[in-house]
Amino acid sequence: MDAAAIHQRLKARLEANVGDCDLQAKDPFIRVEPAAILEVCRFLRDEPDLQFDVLSNETGVDYKAKGIIEVVYHLYSYPHRHALVLKVDAPRDNPVVPSVETVWKAANWLEREIYDLLGVTFEGHSDLRRLLMPEDWIGYPLRKDFVEPEEYHGISTRRESLLR
Amino acid sequence: MSLSGFEVEVERTTASGLETEEMTLNMGPQHPSTHGVLRFVVKADGEVMREAIPDVGYLHRSIEKISEKVGYHGFMPYTDRVDYVAAMFCNQGWGMVCEKLAGIEVPKRGEYCRVIAAEFNRIASHLLSVGTMVLDIGAATPFFHAFREREKINDLLEELCGARLTYNYMRIGGVAWDLPPGFVEKSIAFLDAFEPLIDEYNDLITYNTIYLGRVADVAVISGPEAINYNLVGPNLRASGVKYDVRRDEPYSVYPELEFDVPVGTGEEGTVGDCFDRYIVRIREMQESCKILRQCFKQIPDGPVIAKVPRKFKPPAGDAYIRVESARGDMGWYAVSDGSEFPYRCKVRTGSFAAMAIIDKVSRGLMIADLVAVIASLDIVAPEVDR
Repeated sequence: MDAAAIHQRLKARLEANVGDCDLQAKDPFIRVEPAAILEVCRFLRDEPDLQFDVLSNETGVDYKAKGIIEVVYHLYSYPHRHALVLKVDAPRDNPVVPSVETVWKAANWLEREIYDLLGVTFEGHSDLRRLLMPEDWIGYPLRKDFVEPEEYHGISTRRESLLR
Repeated sequence: MSLSGFEVEVERTTASGLETEEMTLNMGPQHPSTHGVLRFVVKADGEVMREAIPDVGYLHRSIEKISEKVGYHGFMPYTDRVDYVAAMFCNQGWGMVCEKLAGIEVPKRGEYCRVIAAEFNRIASHLLSVGTMVLDIGAATPFFHAFREREKINDLLEELCGARLTYNYMRIGGVAWDLPPGFVEKSIAFLDAFEPLIDEYNDLITYNTIYLGRVADVAVISGPEAINYNLVGPNLRASGVKYDVRRDEPYSVYPELEFDVPVGTGEEGTVGDCFDRYIVRIREMQESCKILRQCFKQIPDGPVIAKVPRKFKPPAGDAYIRVESARGDMGWYAVSDGSEFPYRCKVRTGSFAAMAIIDKVSRGLMIADLVAVIASLDIVAPEVDR
């Protein structure tokens, strides 16, 4: 099933919370309100003719100029061999998005990584800790306004020359 | 429990009335069998693991952040370091996602060169995986046999692109160099010698009773569970799910090539155990040999790289591609804002998901089995951390 058809199915089911569908994009995507993402994902997984049984990828992008952090979900269905992209916009100053860990277990680590690098809080996540950065790290490195600290526990991050 | 200390804690619990000692052990960060620098915090009751919590990030080199600073062409050598055991696939993934962003078509010969390089790399990576798995479990000899052949592939790839590990062979729009003179003949000679050796591995180790005792029926992952955790590639297929990106979401010239997709059948135990994950890799090497032979027969003449401007500025937008790496479906997501530098790049790798499932599957296993589990899932730590 293509993105346009899936979008209509979703619209029929969850009118207010499903935004537009961009069919011109390289990978057509559907915008979803943060509050509805869990319900949308459950619906997409459980409907027999959709069956998105795997969360291929989940990541975040910091759009500083627009003041949002976009969480992107790449879904895939093994039974039907079709893919779908969902996008959720969270405000940059307080990004909170419901966790989809209860729908796909794969979201556990993917969401931990987004929390770690972009500072998005996933509500209802079972174990929201930093994943790649040290536990005591301050700031979110993949944010566009992140400034690398001059040192970490006495280890300087400065180099005289980049080639050294 | 503290995740940061290296101490051994002993806790006494009296829930059952009998006093038992639960021990917290650190495995790693540099345990010889942990496939890169990673660490497990194991909570054990005697020799039985209650929990094995992976602590990753020791090899985090912020490759995704680097992509935002170095530009599209400049990022290619960095992709090698995402998974240095199977760097060709990372090259290919980055190439493909940029080509999708900009709508570039790779010349046919370039695609064949990519597939040839990638399939050689797949064999090399599986040899490393299988060899070190057997070594981790305690048999040293098969490891040397596997590495002997891997060296020959390294020699071939060195002739192709000048490097033995971090290849930097592919470019946006194709590959850097055409096949060198004599490469086809040498490759076919290698394949002729290599194919019978797969049977030698099977004689040496595969059906060895002691080996089977360590891997059969250990850490069984069912098909639905593997899908839920997004296990990919050989790990997914070992659980009985017949899915291969090369066959089911074909890219490059794979539609023109014939090959089987081996799946785990539980021949020595249960579907999805460590043995299935091992044997799927052995069989995939045979399939790669098949693919390579077809490539050498079918490769057309022509250019190997499309015309791509040095100042590469794809139109604004985002793209996601999937490539079947040696560790399975590798997802590359790139966002362009129309400038010379990628706005965001994200790699979703096979080892990342495999690492996340270890805590789940290792509960109730013996501590010694953890090594077999890590090895059978073919985890390459830098791929987890990036």
